[in-house]
Amino acid sequence: MSHHIIDFNNVHYTYPDGTEALKGISFRITHGESVGVVGANGAGKSTMISHMNGYLMPSSGTITIGDSKLDKTTLHEARRSVGIVFQNPDDQLFMPTVFDDVAFGPLNLGLPKDKVIERVNEALTTTGCFHLKDKPPHHLSLGQKRAVTIAGVIAMHPDILVMDEPASNLDPGSRRNLIDLLLQFRHSKIIASHDLDLILDVCDRCIVIGDGRIRADGPAREILLNEELLRENNLELPLSFQKREHKNKLNSTGGNMTELEKLKHLLKHWMEHNEAHMKTYTEWAEKADGLDRKDISDILRQIVEDSNKLNGLFRKAEEII
Amino acid sequence: MSAFNPEYFNIGHLDTLSYRHTFVHDLNPVIKLIVTLVFILLVVSFPKYEIQGIVPFFMFPLFMIIAGEIPAGVIFKKLLVVSPFVLFIGIFNPMLDKEIIYRVFGVPVSGGWISYGSLIIRFILTVSSALLLIATTSFPGICLALEKLRVPKIFIVQLLFLYRYTFVLAEEVMKIIKARNMRSFGKKGKDIKSFISITGVLLVRSIERSERIYQAICSRGFDGQIRLLKDFRLRGTDILFALVTISIFIIFRKYAIADMLGGLLI
Amino acid sequence: MHMADALLSPAVGATLWTGTLGAIAYCTRKLRNNIDEKIIPLMGILGAFIFAAQMINFTIPGTGSSGHIGGGMLLAILLGPYAGFITIASVLIIQSLFFADGGILALGCNIWNLGIYPCFIAYPLIFKLLVKEDLSKSRITLASVMSVVTALQLGAFSVVVETLLSGRSELPFGAFTAMMLPIHLAIGLVEGFITAGVVNYVRSARPEIIKSTFDSKPLAPAVSIRKVVLTLGIAALITGGSLSWFASTHPDGLEWSVEKVHGSPELSSSETGITAMFEKIQTMTALLPDYGFRQEEGAEGTAGAKSWPAVNSGTSISGVIGSLMVLGTVLLIGLFIRSGNRSRAKG
Ligand SMILES: Nc1ncnc2c1ncn2[C@@H]1O[C@H](COP(=O)(O)OP(=O)(O)O)[C@@H](O)[C@H]1O
Ligand SMILES: [Mg+2]
Repeated sequence: MSHHIIDFNNVHYTYPDGTEALKGISFRITHGESVGVVGANGAGKSTMISHMNGYLMPSSGTITIGDSKLDKTTLHEARRSVGIVFQNPDDQLFMPTVFDDVAFGPLNLGLPKDKVIERVNEALTTTGCFHLKDKPPHHLSLGQKRAVTIAGVIAMHPDILVMDEPASNLDPGSRRNLIDLLLQFRHSKIIASHDLDLILDVCDRCIVIGDGRIRADGPAREILLNEELLRENNLELPLSFQKREHKNKLNSTGGNMTELEKLKHLLKHWMEHNEAHMKTYTEWAEKADGLDRKDISDILRQIVEDSNKLNGLFRKAEEII
Repeated sequence: MSAFNPEYFNIGHLDTLSYRHTFVHDLNPVIKLIVTLVFILLVVSFPKYEIQGIVPFFMFPLFMIIAGEIPAGVIFKKLLVVSPFVLFIGIFNPMLDKEIIYRVFGVPVSGGWISYGSLIIRFILTVSSALLLIATTSFPGICLALEKLRVPKIFIVQLLFLYRYTFVLAEEVMKIIKARNMRSFGKKGKDIKSFISITGVLLVRSIERSERIYQAICSRGFDGQIRLLKDFRLRGTDILFALVTISIFIIFRKYAIADMLGGLLI
Repeated sequence: MHMADALLSPAVGATLWTGTLGAIAYCTRKLRNNIDEKIIPLMGILGAFIFAAQMINFTIPGTGSSGHIGGGMLLAILLGPYAGFITIASVLIIQSLFFADGGILALGCNIWNLGIYPCFIAYPLIFKLLVKEDLSKSRITLASVMSVVTALQLGAFSVVVETLLSGRSELPFGAFTAMMLPIHLAIGLVEGFITAGVVNYVRSARPEIIKSTFDSKPLAPAVSIRKVVLTLGIAALITGGSLSWFASTHPDGLEWSVEKVHGSPELSSSETGITAMFEKIQTMTALLPDYGFRQEEGAEGTAGAKSWPAVNSGTSISGVIGSLMVLGTVLLIGLFIRSGNRSRAKG
């Protein structure tokens, strides 16, 4: 009964004017993953996101959200479980005050009034916007607008949070707040962005899209360090790495980051992955307990324990380097 | 199409004022709307040659400005901008109605001048009360008041959208105008042809924006209905305010209170 | 040209408000019945677009002065009559509040003058008939210019009638009409060509937008001519009825203008039936103040009648002093409340 899964199976999409925006996209995102989607302008990121809650329907191929195939009958369900934050906050803040805007989604869920107010207050507090409650959106800065749009989405308690270019045009402070906020959100996340550093900070996994196709899909640290792959897709190394590279040059330890250094990053990354998975295994073990399947939960707990040992090995390897 | 005056479009100031908190701002919007309507109806119900009876009605805008802490200059500027039509139509009164009906310390005054004076006073009172309503009540508040007064939901909702996006599109258009003024020196660029192409671009962008907004609405569970969380309570103060102001208006409309008061003093 | 509160009598204002509210109710029901949800944000955005477009000034050909568009017909063309009417009404609401254009009582007249004619006369009877399936540039231009001019002429004429019926202005019917219609013909031509230009621009840049607006039923449902005639008939009936009631209670209003128009202050006696009925309704509801309010001053308006303040200057001086006392008191009360605002803000 997990809603926390998005599965694209060979999805094609052609706009009414004939533009082929998606040319066979397949991927699967499961519970707790945080996935970055990167690609040049016009690569098809936004188009792909518009499919995630059925605003656009694939010309061919299928999309599965949770355990049901996305079609007209499951549209409402999908919109309940996938919360999307769009690129331009002005397009999303359509209600006249911040409070009304954040309340819009919960009200549509049919929640009672006091529950709605509770959700709104909670979402506004999480995003640090509580003091803006009674303001009209046109009195907000861009960073504040963005935070309020996120509040509007998380107030619906989605299982999966999807964001299109969340950091574009943000000043460094607002960007930092955004990253902290994203790290707090514990469900699945999908973030489309040019800002590879943001992806690096927030995401474990990264999908590269180019010309409507998936060019690469793997651990974020691996992909975001692959200069060649990035260049092929009109992208650049994350700034944080560029700096490091620069430093390396100054220390005249050779041009690119050494293989060993890469490995160190990867180890760290694998470890984080592993920890996230452990959390998931534990949750499922508890669920299995709830279903009176002690046999399964025992095995899961065993896996948790083994994963923990694995982490020890990762750490050891990292320390040696 | 009419004459262009940039001051006309300066709505940001009034809008900002409307989000403050004062005694007047905090009054229930339905009450303020009703009181303003009654006020306007009573003011325009005075006969054509009435001046003395209308003057005391300045008390309402005066009260709203003082108690609502509204800078009078803002209201005054707006009044000036929209005054030409009424001033123009009215100026025919003294030209056409020359019968002497009154003497001020022996100086004869024609009916036309009196009715023109009355017209100007009505203009100031009605327009300033509308401006003061919006300066002391946020537009969403007015929309909620309209909803309470049973104006259809669809109407309210698109009115809210209109209000919201007026600011967004105004910002967009300011950028376009700046660009135009930078590229075209003097008159060039303000001809109708370039106006049409600018407006066309703006229109296409606006329609595309409305599609994106629709997508955003849908993704937050829109099902054709927009629900509003209205929590405007009717307090004792609101009812008292309505009772007091409306009775005062009616009494002043019905009896020449000012005359009587002055008479007492003399 | 926006009608203004100051030029209106309560009866004329209220009558037009009634007609306008009826039209709004009718249009919203129509929209609700075959709703394409997309149209709700579109209406709001296009309303905002009209403001934005009004902020771009252009030089009026041959005059050197600058002007801005009205945009009513453009909305009717882009949204169809029902959604178009509601959007025009909303634009005018914002104008009456934020821009002080017209006023709240005159809003009924303004929505009527600038909304009904483009949406329910010019659009179905001129634009639709001329354009039909043919979306060529020249057709659109012809249809736009014709419909804008017609709508504006009707609107301008309505301003004349509303002003005269209200009896606050001395302008005679003939002169007023002769002044308003030619000005609005010129305005209509300019606005018509602009409207055509914008529609044609969108048609060439994004043909599918114009096409979908024209094709899709929910966006632009066809208005049946029978219904238009019927609606206008009912509106005329309401207007006529209220006016005769108004005539019976406001000697300075209709009678005055009738006198100006026909040269005789008498109304045909055939209307006394309706008049009597409305009088009864009015005494029952007592919504609008009538002349009973200040009887001591006698009948106003008719030239030569006992006029505004008595010639005895004592009364008028007492009036001035009294007014000052009233305003002074209100000022003090206002200041008192204001100091309350302050202490509340601090506390
Ligand atoms: N509404 C639309 N109609 C036609 N083509 C579109 C539309 N939106 C996007 N496209 C095209 O689809 C492709 C993918 O665009 P998009 O998904 O917005 O890319 P990204 O978000 O990665 O920048 C681009 O070629 C773009 O021009
Ligand atoms: Mg994009």
